[in-house]
Amino acid sequence: MSTASLALRGRTLTPSLAGSRVLLRGVVLGYLSLLVLLPLAGVVWKSTGAGWDGFRVAISSPDTVASFELTLLSSLGVSVINAVLGTIVAWVLIRDHFPGKGLMNSVIDLPFALPTIVAGLTLLSLYGPQSPVGIDVAYTRAGIIVALLFVTLPFVVRAVQPVLMELDRDMEEAAASLGAGGRAIFRRIVLPNLLPAIFSGVALGFARAMGEFGALVLISGNIPFHTEVASVHIFTQIESDNVTGAAAMSVVLLAISLFVLVLITGAQLWGRRYDR
Amino acid sequence: MTGKWVLRIVAVGYVSALLLVPLGMIVWRTFEHGASPVWAVLTSSDAQHAVWLSVLIALIAVPLNTAFGVVCALVLVRHRFPGKTLLSAFVDLPLGVSPIVVGLALIIVYGRFGWFGPWLYEHNIQVIFALPGMVLATVFISLPFVVREVVPVLQEIGTEQEQAASTLGASSWQCFWRITVPSIRAGVGYGVVLTTARALGEFGAVSVVSGRLIGKTETLTLFVEDHFQQFDSTGAYTGSLVLAALALLTLFAMNLSRPREEV
Repeated sequence: MSTASLALRGRTLTPSLAGSRVLLRGVVLGYLSLLVLLPLAGVVWKSTGAGWDGFRVAISSPDTVASFELTLLSSLGVSVINAVLGTIVAWVLIRDHFPGKGLMNSVIDLPFALPTIVAGLTLLSLYGPQSPVGIDVAYTRAGIIVALLFVTLPFVVRAVQPVLMELDRDMEEAAASLGAGGRAIFRRIVLPNLLPAIFSGVALGFARAMGEFGALVLISGNIPFHTEVASVHIFTQIESDNVTGAAAMSVVLLAISLFVLVLITGAQLWGRRYDR
Repeated sequence: MTGKWVLRIVAVGYVSALLLVPLGMIVWRTFEHGASPVWAVLTSSDAQHAVWLSVLIALIAVPLNTAFGVVCALVLVRHRFPGKTLLSAFVDLPLGVSPIVVGLALIIVYGRFGWFGPWLYEHNIQVIFALPGMVLATVFISLPFVVREVVPVLQEIGTEQEQAASTLGASSWQCFWRITVPSIRAGVGYGVVLTTARALGEFGAVSVVSGRLIGKTETLTLFVEDHFQQFDSTGAYTGSLVLAALALLTLFAMNLSRPREEV
């Protein structure tokens, strides 16, 4: 912002305007506190309802630990697949040309638009016991991976696409003219530019996968110690009136999500490190 | 040259197997036993009530989050105050919270034995297992979308035009409606589409707080799960088809309103 416009801004900031600014800020903070922060504070408060020992017991029972391990491992696995295939899909959408590309580009957002329970139901009918293609992953861990891949597909693609679009071809051409092969160009020029976007897409997908419920509840079969994920496990605890235990598990899940959100913010800052 | 073909086949194959084929599957499974059972489901009062309830919840949650989203984006981009980064992180928080945890949180705060439970009970207000709880859950889940779409647009347009208008004597209210709103319209539109999709499709959080009283607190997504569990596959797939049709409409609207940068 230039000094002139700064001066102008200073002049237009009359007392009434300053008052309305504070009011706006108050409205935003109030809405957010009432609807998001207060309920989450409730969960944290409730989780300590049975004391520190109760908290520890609730999160260390074998079935809870198993469900968290399963959730964490499958989310990590899905993240790795997303990083690779999401980048490939984005690459093809930007750098390749073929009939039907427009359709493919618009269908990428489908998982954002389709309700998760419908996603779970269709995946079950396509890759379940009555599968017309002979693949049955229902009530297995592979089924969980498939459902999670479905709901997280757009994150990496949509994060990488704009960066790939903006990427200057000059650098790649210069490298090619200096004798670099396709692989070397990708590894040493394209990939470093895409990494922050890939990372932030993967992290968003990871956070989503950790908490996913609707897409998994039908296809996973919810077998304790085998295919019961954390969110389904918490749901069962709520249904059987163990609200304190459910709150303790939720706090652990929240802590993991918060950690990932911090990572995303870090990745965004890192991606912009050369901007100024 | 072969590398290019491999990539193309991998990308198209992956997207087809994961997205396109399942979508076709819904249509096929719905009409597996002909059209008349589908019609019977669509005209049943439970299904119609479920559709109406889903739409009603979206009609309350989406305008609330849109108004909040625009004001919040303005505050985040134009104001300077301590704790702004924290506020921005809090706005993104619902993206990282499991829907089940959202439902649990509402039960802890508004449930019969929750923080406000006794007071609400005394005044005969039911939040959990009733419409208010389902609206609160939906507002929570769909909160970040408008903010996230409007913030980059506001950063892009800057304040020069508004400053010009205000030096020419426009009030801040006029500046907002005549300059800010028209320039952020596309971003708001995209955010509204995403919010609506999320609101109509919400399942986890709503299923915790709704109590699933058929014909009373059963939304369309709950209707689908309920009928699937009762082995009424036609009912479940018909509900899914309605939701998928809404999703396709959403997708269409997304493609119309998405900022034209890609492809």
